[in-house]
Formats: sequence, structure tokens, C-alpha cells
Amino acid sequence: MESALDIASWILLSVGGVFVFIGGLGVLRMPDLFTRMHAASITDSMGPPLIIGGIMLQSGASLPTVKLLAILIFLMLTSPTASNALASAALLAEQNIEPGTDEDGDEADREPGT
Amino acid sequence: MTEIFSAFLLTLLVITAMAVVKSRNLFVAVMLTGIFSLLIAINFFLLDAADVALTEAAVGAGVATVFFLSALALTSEEERSRSAYRTIGIAVFITITIVLGYATLGMPSYGDPEAPVHVHVAPWYMEKTPEYIDIPNVVTAVLGSFRGYDTLGEVFVVFTAGIGVLFILGVRPPSKTRGAAPVASDEAGLRHYLIPKVVVRLFIPFVLLFGLYVQFHGEYSPGGGFQAGAIIAASIILYALLEGEERAMQVIPRRVLNGLIAGGALLYGAVGLAGIVAGGSFLDYSVLGSDPVKGQQMGLLVIEAGVGITVTGVLVSIFHAFAARERV
Repeated sequence: MESALDIASWILLSVGGVFVFIGGLGVLRMPDLFTRMHAASITDSMGPPLIIGGIMLQSGASLPTVKLLAILIFLMLTSPTASNALASAALLAEQNIEPGTDEDGDEADREPGT
Repeated sequence: MTEIFSAFLLTLLVITAMAVVKSRNLFVAVMLTGIFSLLIAINFFLLDAADVALTEAAVGAGVATVFFLSALALTSEEERSRSAYRTIGIAVFITITIVLGYATLGMPSYGDPEAPVHVHVAPWYMEKTPEYIDIPNVVTAVLGSFRGYDTLGEVFVVFTAGIGVLFILGVRPPSKTRGAAPVASDEAGLRHYLIPKVVVRLFIPFVLLFGLYVQFHGEYSPGGGFQAGAIIAASIILYALLEGEERAMQVIPRRVLNGLIAGGALLYGAVGLAGIVAGGSFLDYSVLGSDPVKGQQMGLLVIEAGVGITVTGVLVSIFHAFAARERV
């Protein structure tokens, strides 16, 4: 039982780490802000549940697990919000979209009002 | 393993510091300062200084970044280039580097059990805290009771800093303030803030609750008045950012803020005086309760509340003082 939990938590932590790594790589390699945010959102959405889930398996049924759950809920609600605020700010500041990275290459997509 | 992680973090710290100096864009510099604070907070935590780490994360990475950003809103985003005094600067830098490098030779090596910090008063604190005060968090005991004078001094430093900032930046009389905050009046932009608004409205009560937990659980877990004050102030500042200055001012008017700034420090001092009245010495809490240990715990609880109140008042006031100024 103990070792099964350990293996499960090890898998969760490693997979979470891989997702965070991919996210970081994307932030470095993507051409413009919006595609970079897309990469960063992998870190936001896949990283915390897997990594915190892995730690929760280690801490077992105790108060720290409840605290970790609270942190997880907090992160799951705040990081998409932060992404949204960032994207809105970028849209309002009329950040350039790298050619060829938006769906149809339409200029109108950049306007904040549309 | 911890050593490797520490070395990695310290390397990142140096890189971040150099990036802050190199960056010409002040906005980038502010963000990097926040990252610097977070990194050093993790470092403190690795050194088992959880209370200091919490303070650094709450104040350095949280509130200070907001202050920098509000200062930035008043000025331009690019640093003005300056070439004068460069040789003097380099000379000062080299001298300080040599002096500090020489000083590190006299320091005890990392983790040395014979280091002065481990053999001087620390063992006494560790040994006597369960007997005199009977709380698990020795840091709170040292900060509030054994070293109560120092902390009283710190509270007055925070108090004086708050008063100083208010004097320099000035407090705009309410009649002169602009109508609504730019966020609220900008109808076109409002839509873009809808999601943050909804989520943050949901979270502010929980942030406040967490602040109170850090405040009143400080005897048992990392935390205390300074950290709690920063967290509570952060939640009020969040409210002000979302709903506009006016609304935040309606919730906590200026005179209440002034009362908080002075009241917290007064409360701390009053506990000290109460010790004298009850027959002890200044800031001796043992005489406040039915038995010395109860009295110590009671005294700690009240002075921590005083610290929290002053810190909250000062931080929120500084934020309002920045926000009330027009861009120059």
C-alpha cells in the first residue's frame, strides 16, 4: 500500500514536472505574447494539479492535505484569471500578433472592440 | 540535496539582481524585484526561517511590488540614461565588493553548529520558551516577549515611515479628488476587467480570513502581526484596484486609517504600561494573567494585534497616498 502510493505520487510529480518544463520551453521559444501565454497556460493548468496531487499523496490524510487542496483550488481559480487579465491588457495595449500565428491572419482580430 | 537547491536558487538570485540593474525598462525591473523577493523567500524557507520567508513573500513580493507599480504609474516607464558619476560608482562598487568578500572570510562555515548564532542566546530561548510562554512557535516568543522592546521599536519605525510617506506625498482633500477611478469610468475597457472582478470579489473574503488566521495563529505556526498586516492590507488594496479608490475610501475612510496607524502602536505601548500598572516592568506580560504563562500568552496576542493593526493602516495609507496623486 505504502509503495503503491509512493509510485503513484512519483508518477504524478514527474508528469507534472514534464508539463511545467514544456510550458517553460514554450514561453522561451514561441514567437509572440499570445502564443507564449498559450504555452504558459500548460504550466498553469497541468502543473499544479499533478504536482500538488503528488504531494497530497505523500502527506496522506492529514491537515496539510486540506491546506494543499485549498492552495490547489486557489491556483486553479487565480491562474486562469491572471491569464485573462494579461491577455486583455495585451489586447488593449494592441500587442502585435506575429504573422501566421492567428487563425485567419485577419487584421480586425487585433482590435479590442471586436 | 538541499545544498544543491540552495546554490541553484542563489545563482538565480544573482542573475535576477543583475537583470534588475541591466533593465532600462522600469516595469520589467519592478517585476524582476518581485521575482527576486520570491526567490529569497524560498531561500529563507530552505534555511528553516519560515516566519521570515512569509514576511518576505507577503511584503517583498506582494505589497512592495504594488507600491512600485503605483509609483511607476506616476512617472515614465523608461529609465533616464545617466552617465555622470559612473567612475565614482564603479569605484564604490569595487571597494564594497572587496570589503564584503574579506568579511565573508571571518564568517562561520555553512551549517557550523559552533557558529555564534547557535551558541549565544538561541539555546536559552529554545529551552525557556516552553517553560515561560508555552507556545510552539519560538520565533513569536522571541519577537513578542523576550525581544519585546525591539519589536516595539519596529512598530514605531513602521509608524514613522507611514507618517513620513503621508507627509511627503500628501493627502488630497476628498473634495479635490477626481470623479470615478479610470477603471470604472472607462466603459469600453470595463468588459475586459469583468472576469478578474468576479474572481477577485470572490477571493477577497478568503484573503482577509487567511490574514486573520496568520495573525491569530502566529503563536502556533509561522506568522504574526507583520505578515498578517501585509496580507490584510493586500486584500484591501486589491479591493481598491478593482472597485476604484473612492469605493475603498468609503469602506475604510481616511480617519479610520489614521486611527489604525496610531492605534496599533498605542495598543502595543499600552500593553507595556499595563505591565507596569500591574506591578511588573515595562513590556513584562507575566503579570497580566492569572499565572505568568497565561499572562505571557495574553500579552503576545494583544501586541501582535497591535502590530497587525499598525502595519495594515500604514500599508493601505501609503497605497492611497500614491493612488491619489496625479501623474506628473
